[in-house]
Amino acid sequence: MSATETATGTDGVGGRGTTGADEIMGRGAREGRRLFEEWFDGLTRAAEEKRPAAYVMVMGSLCEVLRTFDLPAVFPEIHSLQTAVRRVADEYLSEAEDHGFSPDVCGYVKADYALQLRGGEHPMGRIPPPAIAIVTNACNTYLKWAEIWERLYGTPVFTLDVPGTRRPVNREGMGPGNGAHDPGGFDRDRRYVEGQLREIIGACEEVSGRPFDIDRLREVLRLTNEMASSWRRLLELNRHRPAAFDAMLEGTIYLGVANVLRGTEEGATYFRDLVEEMELREREGRGPLGARAEEQHRLVFVGVPCYPMFRRFYELFSEWGGVFVGSTYTWFASGGLDREFEYDLERPIESLAEGVLLSVRHAMDSLMFQDRELIRAVDDYAVDGVVYHPIKSCRTVSTGLAASRRAVLDARDVQCLYIESDMMDKRVVSEAQLKNRIDAFFEGLESRKLRRGA
Amino acid sequence: MTYAAGVDVGSTQTKAVVVDTHAEIVGRSLIPTGADVVAAAQEAYDLALAEARVNADSVGCVIGTGYGRYKVEFGDTQVTEIVCHARGAAKMFPGTRTVLDMGGQDTKAIRVRPGGEVVDFCMNDKCAAGTGRFLQSAAAALELRLDQLGPTALRGQRPVEITTTCTVFAESEVLSWLSRGRKVEDILAGVHHSIASRSFGLLKRVGVEDEITFTGGVTRNAAMVAVLEEILGAHLNVSEDSHYMGALGAALFALERAAAGTNAGAEGAAAGKEAS
Repeated sequence: MSATETATGTDGVGGRGTTGADEIMGRGAREGRRLFEEWFDGLTRAAEEKRPAAYVMVMGSLCEVLRTFDLPAVFPEIHSLQTAVRRVADEYLSEAEDHGFSPDVCGYVKADYALQLRGGEHPMGRIPPPAIAIVTNACNTYLKWAEIWERLYGTPVFTLDVPGTRRPVNREGMGPGNGAHDPGGFDRDRRYVEGQLREIIGACEEVSGRPFDIDRLREVLRLTNEMASSWRRLLELNRHRPAAFDAMLEGTIYLGVANVLRGTEEGATYFRDLVEEMELREREGRGPLGARAEEQHRLVFVGVPCYPMFRRFYELFSEWGGVFVGSTYTWFASGGLDREFEYDLERPIESLAEGVLLSVRHAMDSLMFQDRELIRAVDDYAVDGVVYHPIKSCRTVSTGLAASRRAVLDARDVQCLYIESDMMDKRVVSEAQLKNRIDAFFEGLESRKLRRGA
Repeated sequence: MTYAAGVDVGSTQTKAVVVDTHAEIVGRSLIPTGADVVAAAQEAYDLALAEARVNADSVGCVIGTGYGRYKVEFGDTQVTEIVCHARGAAKMFPGTRTVLDMGGQDTKAIRVRPGGEVVDFCMNDKCAAGTGRFLQSAAAALELRLDQLGPTALRGQRPVEITTTCTVFAESEVLSWLSRGRKVEDILAGVHHSIASRSFGLLKRVGVEDEITFTGGVTRNAAMVAVLEEILGAHLNVSEDSHYMGALGAALFALERAAAGTNAGAEGAAAGKEAS
């Protein structure tokens, strides 16, 4: 479908009544695809025009700062996973392994490394090299990954050092009032992050050749606030039965848009429209579009999807009427959009530091201490089963899953499935083995429902 | 309808079981799966029917299970072997609460409710480490038949420490111990300990609860049974028909389904999904 056919039809003054239901339904997927393609086109133009681009990571992207300087943001995790979705990841992985990378190393790193060797060549366009790289310590691999760019291009790398949650005090909420054991601790940490942000702003001024404009940052933060509000509404809508969308399949697509268009007018509009679509689905009792069967089992997905067979992976669940009403991916990879936090536009840099501190800590906690949120999701979303999907080439997101599974099983009488594959490497993905386990999981769920109904 | 049948098409062997209306086994067969999975399923079924002296027309329902379950083309529906092993084990040993199934490619730990409903399950990783395949590789390296492994291992007095259960490295691991002058029986005892330890890890993940029923092809290996019992500190239920447990479970589901005239149980309903 072309871009013109997918126009939203909104009048831009708040009136959306003129948009027909048929046009609204499926708009999120269509527009998401278009926006994503446009984003890649923008990166291709930047590469061709040799304009500076900034490399950032999903967890703690600081996109808001980059927008202020009109620096195109490249998300290596996203362009890497897109090679898997487009079924060419094996070429990239092999090329990196030919250069000595182990099969056990993060698939995202290897795909990106091969992409750099290919001069940015990507199935969706061309990726510009990094003029600056900003990473956080949310993932240790980020640090070593950035060193690769440093070696290849001499790229200046900024590692935003975010103090971890030394005690799990943030798990019950994202507000900064968590100083129960250490009064003033949060402010101290916030100031530490804020100081680093000011350094990064200086570096961006240098790379972009533009002075920092604090009012521009305010506007970008306002747009992120809008997106966050829509994102939370979106996630909340899936409490409804049937769920409006599949959080593993559709949610991942929306997550991509949320990351690459963070802090933009297009992003804010997209998510407003998406909420409208989901509210319509809720009113009409429509489940996820393209589902293979009506909702029978409400599930939560834990981990990162299996991109080498993304659609098929979804179908293995959907064929049984399994719907992912929630996905931890839409929590820990959303840059804190899911949290009850809004930037304070009166003190933008300070507030951005708070947001980064809270969202990165949340991402870190999600890797090891997500059981409480999962248990809450089980209750709030009337969940029947929890699907854990550890991935071979990312131990960071996989390490805590076995313990989380045990904690959830101890706390709630739900069925849990633990299946391993990979987010990039099809060599370690076996559909037959996945299907066998998934089928047995659903057989158990159906048996359990019958017993309870008896 | 008088009879029902289950056909378990595994990665190395295909098993078929025919049961009568009292859920008693009246026919069974076991053949290598080979390359022609469809033919193997048919042949195993025919052999089981022959042993039962039953005509296919008298069989009300056939359920396929195992990796090749969708290749049981004459079957009515399919159920995973995880659920079938649990069901078969509960039939054979009604006190079963934990099932350990060790097959050629998979090892499964399954926790069940009374009656065999699956509470939780866990399987080996995607590779065949710690499964019957490792035993096959070790047997090949030592030029022994599979049925010689158990008796030989039981003679081992000083088991070696096998550090890998990777089937690819099994041969080199075994050969390295041979080159160091260790006895074949000690090497095999070590192999059995290594696999049993790995299986124990799987069992712990789902939680071990008495009674424990051991199913699958490796149940024929007396050394494996002994080592597992030693590690678990518990008795293992093992039957001469343990190798057929998956096919038996499938046959029991088939019996219920046939008796009800449709899907009788949840697993039966689940099994109504189309092959993909």
